[in-house]
Amino acid sequence: MNQETDFNALARNSGEWLRGTGPESDIVISSRIRLARNLADFPFIRRCSDEDRDSIERTVRARMEAIEDWNDIRYIDIEELSEIDRQFLVERQLISREIADADGSRAVAMDPGEQYSVMINEEDHLRIQVMQSGLDLDAAWARIDSLDDQLEGSILYAFHEKYGYLTACPTNVGTGLRVSVMLHLPALVITRQIEKVFRSMQRINVTVRGLYGEGSQYSGDFYQVSNQVTLGHSEKALLSLVGDEVVPQIIQYERKARAFLVEQNQQDLHDDVSRALGILSTAKKISSEETMHYLSKVRMGVNLGLIDDVELATINKLFIHTQPAHLQKLHGRMLGSSDRNVQRASYLQRHLHGEQGEGEFN
Amino acid sequence: MKCQYCEKPATFHITELTEPNGPKVMHLCEEHARNFLQKEATSPVASVAGALAKQLQLGQTKAELEELDQKECPVCGISFFEFRNTGRLGCPYDYSFFESDLIPLLTNIHDATEHVGKRPRRLAASADSQARMIQLRREMEEAVELEDYERASEIRDELKRMESDLNQPAPEETANGNEDEANSPEGEDQS
Repeated sequence: MNQETDFNALARNSGEWLRGTGPESDIVISSRIRLARNLADFPFIRRCSDEDRDSIERTVRARMEAIEDWNDIRYIDIEELSEIDRQFLVERQLISREIADADGSRAVAMDPGEQYSVMINEEDHLRIQVMQSGLDLDAAWARIDSLDDQLEGSILYAFHEKYGYLTACPTNVGTGLRVSVMLHLPALVITRQIEKVFRSMQRINVTVRGLYGEGSQYSGDFYQVSNQVTLGHSEKALLSLVGDEVVPQIIQYERKARAFLVEQNQQDLHDDVSRALGILSTAKKISSEETMHYLSKVRMGVNLGLIDDVELATINKLFIHTQPAHLQKLHGRMLGSSDRNVQRASYLQRHLHGEQGEGEFN
Repeated sequence: MKCQYCEKPATFHITELTEPNGPKVMHLCEEHARNFLQKEATSPVASVAGALAKQLQLGQTKAELEELDQKECPVCGISFFEFRNTGRLGCPYDYSFFESDLIPLLTNIHDATEHVGKRPRRLAASADSQARMIQLRREMEEAVELEDYERASEIRDELKRMESDLNQPAPEETANGNEDEANSPEGEDQS
């Protein structure tokens, strides 16, 4: 299959996980689970020879291709990709920055809906990941558990009776599981409660990271909550910690903060989100930080019913599609940062205007 | 304001909320911010280094540490020193070979030392046979390099045999040269 055509098609669409429909999707962008796995008969990546890496890639690929359910899988050789295509897959969250920048044989396999991907020769031989729209860890787990079973049917994993699935870094050993929930928390940021909320969670084995923290002029207000430990707790327990205990609590705080904002001064809030939409849909040049900042406001406006002619899925998609590699793929050539700002503004305009009155776009 | 890693203007201001010493603010240019944000949620190297530092304060003397640093895994050749510096192990056998040194580390990171949860449905290879397979593979590569193809193919057969033995849900003597190592059905009648 022609990789180039593939990528251009990919650039025009977006992953299922961005459709903004899962549970709590006004606040939760996506749920992601990844499993780290290694083949039993090879050293870990750091100690692999070039032959080992080739051999792992070939073996895993052949075995994935033999799995019947995986007939529609798309297999991409990362080594052969241009810089921009690698960056594109990173923006898309299909591969990690680490595997994009590495050397030697490495690949990613993914399904057409971009709900799962398997990275080969990342920090571990295999990194299986599943993405789901909204807060839906049970669905994500059911899916990744079955993918893992299917792979395990033909691949011998490095496993230790006492320590579980063995990984290159001891921080992943045991279950090899990392669950990450991406949250959009603008109201907690505006009401300056965000740090307090996260401080209260520090001692419960979760990592919280502000992607674009407060104190910054331009903020997307995104936060990622993940489990910190992987050993000594079952997969279900780790999922439950994040998905049943921590995240619902944060969601509740965010909802309260939103309600407070609406109650306090709905007119100011309405003005603020409308201006944000105004800037996004009329600007002629706009940086990615500024875009994030205003998209975040618009997203909250949509969720609070203050903006009613823009779809949540559109906003979710714009967060990804206005990033540098996406713009360049869509434009079909390399662009400098100032050209990108122009293209970004025009892309936003097309999509936000097209939206008004139509309600749907693609 | 300049990016803290280069001369470009800092346009991203990121706050790490879960640093042990309280929130840490970073000022980065677009490129460094992207690199930073796209790393894993927890930086494994940092947490391994942190946990190791804690562990070393607790027990070992300098001489003990120097001795430990020189210890090398017989399968992959990684030294404890290298592990300490990179935060990455070299092969699955390291978990057995450095076991006593890793236990305090695991306790520090996970507050646990035993896996609970999913296990492979089929028989997991013992640590020794996993190590043996890695060694055989290396020998096979060496044989190919020396153009000793006969030896290489002998090793390949042995590897296949080991793997196919492990493909059975329970140990059972089957004929040698079992070919279907990739498609062995999951046996349901024995476990």
